[in-house]
Amino acid sequence: MFILKYIKEVYNGLKSLVVGLRRTLYYFSHHKEIITQQYPDNRDTLVFPDRFKGEVVMLHDDNNEHACTGCTACELACPNATIKIITKFDITPEGKKKKAIDKFVYHLELCTMCNLCVVACPTNAIKMAQTFEHSVFNRAELTKVLNKPASKIREGVE
Amino acid sequence: MWSFSKISKLIDSWLSVNFSSTWTMVIEMVIAGIAVITLFALLGLVLVLMERRVAAWIQIRLGPNRVGPGGMLQSLADTLKLLVKEGMTPDGADKFLFNLAPFIAMIVAMLLMAPIAFASNFQLWDLNIGVLYVTAISSLMVISILMAGWASNNKYSLMGAMRSGAQIVSYELSAGLSIMSIVVLSGSLNLNEIIQSQADGWWLFKGHIPVVIAFIIFIIAVTAETNRAPFDLAEAESELTAGFHTEYSGMKFALFFLAEYINVFIVCAIGATLFLGGWMPFHIGHWQAFNHVMDFIPSSIWFFGKTFFLIFLIMWFRWTFPRLRIDQLLDLEWKYLLPISMFNILLITLMAILGWHF
Repeated sequence: MFILKYIKEVYNGLKSLVVGLRRTLYYFSHHKEIITQQYPDNRDTLVFPDRFKGEVVMLHDDNNEHACTGCTACELACPNATIKIITKFDITPEGKKKKAIDKFVYHLELCTMCNLCVVACPTNAIKMAQTFEHSVFNRAELTKVLNKPASKIREGVE
Repeated sequence: MWSFSKISKLIDSWLSVNFSSTWTMVIEMVIAGIAVITLFALLGLVLVLMERRVAAWIQIRLGPNRVGPGGMLQSLADTLKLLVKEGMTPDGADKFLFNLAPFIAMIVAMLLMAPIAFASNFQLWDLNIGVLYVTAISSLMVISILMAGWASNNKYSLMGAMRSGAQIVSYELSAGLSIMSIVVLSGSLNLNEIIQSQADGWWLFKGHIPVVIAFIIFIIAVTAETNRAPFDLAEAESELTAGFHTEYSGMKFALFFLAEYINVFIVCAIGATLFLGGWMPFHIGHWQAFNHVMDFIPSSIWFFGKTFFLIFLIMWFRWTFPRLRIDQLLDLEWKYLLPISMFNILLITLMAILGWHF
């Protein structure tokens, strides 16, 4: 019937409006739900969401060893040529030549924090750090070398 | 105890002792004008801040928090910024109408302030057709919007103004009909008498479901009439940049902005007067003990409390609902609100004749 359909339409319309209003009233009255933070004031107590991605860093352990084999999987995965890996050949004690990284060059100014390099890495040598205050006065400072000076590849990582 | 009516009587008696009756009249008018302008400025500051806070909390943000304690002076800083900005007039614009339009908007808002009762015995102009006056003057608002849109010589402005015209003309009907339902029940067009008729309970509670329906329709219609989201097609930031005030800057823009908020305040004051008893405290029938306790709260606090509750309601709508399309907007009025409110007013008339309300 026409009139029944009409009343049903009005009822359903009002009901859906009330659903929306209840949600916003909940947010209005529950300030613990607020997700923004007073940034410069709470620098010491900043809370980052788990998935926040700031910049690529290479993990080093206490012996100044990393897990990067220089396979360039990250370099190939990067969509905008942020990573450039310069390799060298180490001489192992047995006298064999072994490929290792000389410099892991990372262009922060080109990076879009897409996380593809971290996904591509077979040895979990790099990860996304949660830093974000990246502004500098000189653009050259944004080009970083991620492996620390005199760092070596960890034993047993192939 | 001090109250607004007492203060106004004191001023009146002091003036009439010291001046002739003509001068008393003139000075009182000047005082009233200054009071209204001050109220405007204060309302503008408070409502803008309130809107930003409500918006922030609804959107799970903190809102303004840098200027002054807890961001309290944010709207003051904004006003200062707008005051020192250059008020430009575009080359191709009709300069006279372009510069006149914001003032018309302000004047309409000021005229609407006249019949509103802010507290018991505290009213600028107690005229016997208050409700009619308010509905008549509030539709003048569309003239300033059309004027601004046309004179800007800008397609966005004109489209916004035309939309606003269509919107205000159509929503005036259902707003008028829901106001009529209270006029039918109270049997008077005088705002003071309407308030007095609610001494034993507000119409929203006395009038059963039909008045609740009328109230809902009134709130929807006035939201549309004041061009606020979800009915802000006239300014529609995402489609028309800013609609009819695209070309305005500086203080002329601020006047439009202020007029919008003043209009929101006024329609909420009218809604509070008609449905929630204006300055009348919350009374339940003839339960004297309860009514006396409620009378201890000053009438001005009741009035502003109810008005700000309704303003909050309208802000709540704004930050919850998405904007309607123009055809949906007109559908809502002509297919839903108008037939329902026509049927509703028949029901209410029947109720009033048979005395079915409390």
